[in-house]
Amino acid sequence: MAIGKVLVFAEADGAAVSSATLELLTKAREIGDAVEAVIVSADAAAVAPQLGEYGAAVVHAADPQGRLSGVVGAAALASVVASSAPAVVLCAQSYDGRDAISHLSARIDRPVLTNAVDVRVDGDALVAQSAMFGGNTLVDTKLTSGQPWLVVVRPKSFAAEPGGAAAGEVVSLGDLELGRSGEAAVLDKHVEEREGPQLEEAAVVVSGGRGIGSAENYGPLVDDLAGLLNGASGATRAIVDAGWVPYSKQVGQTGKTVKPKLYVAVGISGATQHLVGMKGSDTIIAINKDPEAPIFSVADLGIVGDATTVVPRIVEAIRARG
Amino acid sequence: MNVIVCVKQIPDPALPGELDPDHTLKRDVKLILDESDMYGVEMALQLVDAAGGGEVTLVSMAPNSEKGGLRTALAMGAAKAVLVSDGSLAGSDSLGTARVLARAVERAGGADLVLTATESTDGYTGTVPGQVAELLGWPSLTFAKKVDVADGKVTIQRQTEAGYDVVEAPLPAVVSVTAGVVEPRYPSFKGIMAAKNKPIDECTPSDLGLSGDQVGWSGARQEIVSVAAAPEREAGEKIEDDGTAHERVVAFLEELKLI
Ligand SMILES: Cc1cc2nc3c(=O)[nH]c(=O)nc-3n(C[C@H](O)[C@H](O)[C@H](O)COP(=O)(O)OP(=O)(O)OC[C@H]3O[C@@H](n4cnc5c(N)ncnc54)[C@H](O)[C@@H]3O)c2cc1C
Ligand SMILES: Nc1ncnc2c1ncn2[C@@H]1O[C@H](COP(=O)(O)O)[C@@H](O)[C@H]1O
Repeated sequence: MAIGKVLVFAEADGAAVSSATLELLTKAREIGDAVEAVIVSADAAAVAPQLGEYGAAVVHAADPQGRLSGVVGAAALASVVASSAPAVVLCAQSYDGRDAISHLSARIDRPVLTNAVDVRVDGDALVAQSAMFGGNTLVDTKLTSGQPWLVVVRPKSFAAEPGGAAAGEVVSLGDLELGRSGEAAVLDKHVEEREGPQLEEAAVVVSGGRGIGSAENYGPLVDDLAGLLNGASGATRAIVDAGWVPYSKQVGQTGKTVKPKLYVAVGISGATQHLVGMKGSDTIIAINKDPEAPIFSVADLGIVGDATTVVPRIVEAIRARG
Repeated sequence: MNVIVCVKQIPDPALPGELDPDHTLKRDVKLILDESDMYGVEMALQLVDAAGGGEVTLVSMAPNSEKGGLRTALAMGAAKAVLVSDGSLAGSDSLGTARVLARAVERAGGADLVLTATESTDGYTGTVPGQVAELLGWPSLTFAKKVDVADGKVTIQRQTEAGYDVVEAPLPAVVSVTAGVVEPRYPSFKGIMAAKNKPIDECTPSDLGLSGDQVGWSGARQEIVSVAAAPEREAGEKIEDDGTAHERVVAFLEELKLI
């Protein structure tokens, strides 16, 4: 049973639509009778075909003009809500997604369900599921406010699949009412250099925790193994907070959610806030010197041992195979 | 320059979380200052210091009249606090919370800048900062890893997927700060003693002109329909390293066809 029109807040980096957006569109097709998207982009025509391929019949476009994408997005969503009354607005738990939904929520006086890992239709209501206590407990919540129902979904909650082959017809929203929120101006963008696949997209993720001992050990114990497996390297909050690696590598509740084919946890205890970001991985290998470490309860292969000796031997053995 | 910091008092995150019979997080326990908010307090103190005058005011909402966390932030150097507290606040969602905080900011006499953390440790909706800004009618600059104020403008480095953006807005504005924006100080003994006598203006939602259906459970307009244990992941093989464990790992990687 479907629920009327679902409006998705789409995000793109240049012409590349974010994977979280494609996941949302896929889910929107499942729960909605009609799917439309809002995109804040200077070149909406470049992203519209892909949004259409994943189900968006109409792509409402707003030009950021040097303002914050999320804030412009909120005004764009509000304008579509006013003109065509969608039943549901979905956005990703991302930087701009949270800006968009929070400003929208206050503008149109609707509550928001955040951190959803699933959404489903139940009768004439929408139920969002979120995970608590590090994913040990699943809570289903139903919004009882008027529509639209606003839901923020954690990336990697469902698979993205093309389908529907909708038109992806671009409709420009023109001038939007931003009020003082539009006074925030983006002056400059700094892009940090990055090698290898992105953390959220990689088929293999090797992450390091405090057990690697030092920032200097991150290269030999984490990056090298990730590189040999064509994977990405990640980290716990403990070593991000310690300044060993940048925040962009953090996996977990306040970092990224990853679902690779293989996740290797090196010197990671397995705190619930870390587990929630990686326990959906197909296969997990953990290396920890404490046999009681909670990470072993989710590991398919657990090695009780010293990471500083075991990992270099693994690296060496893989290199020896050529 | 006057800065207001939204600080949340939460159950100790080091203790295992519990749910009340109404399925919300158990909060009628001793509450402490959310560590994430210490960055906002420190940032505010440094900005006021750099401006050469003004003060830091705290605003907080809690269903019980807990003040322990506020005393910690006052001991760091904030001058005073507004605490909105009432049983009717239990069950408030992020929008209800933002309504209360926005009114509390006005009650505190407004400010040049309102600081929050990017997300609270216990609720982690991450939506309160943007909602407070929209309700005040101010711009919001979120995910700041660096904050500067000069010439009536606030400029931040905003964390992005790819690195950071430089974003600027005229004051007054709401800024949410990430951990690491500054290193929070420890309250000194003198600070702790002084905090005991700093004023905390305790008020209720109705003092702020908010009606019962704008806060708490009824304001949240949502209903928890079920709470269930997540399917557990099975633990697999576990071996003690006797010097050959790496061979097992390599064989495992072969089975997965990764090498
Ligand atoms: C609100 C909140 C949000 C959070 N969000 C996140 C998040 O997003 N991501 C996250 O990761 N954490 C998060 N945390 C922090 C989390 O609770 C843990 O503190 C953190 O994950 C621990 O990191 P760690 O495993 O690296 O360190 P530790 O817990 O200190 O574990 C280190 C492990 O290394 C092992 N070890 C030590 N030496 C060796 C050796 N030589 N060889 C092998 N093993 C060794 C030890 O036995 C230990 O198990 C959050 C916490 C809170 C309160
Ligand atoms: N009850 C509260 N009292 C004071 N500040 C709060 C409260 N709830 C949220 N905040 C502020 O808003 C930020 C984001 O919270 P949240 O949206 O719940 O993740 C927090 O880090 C606080 O700075």
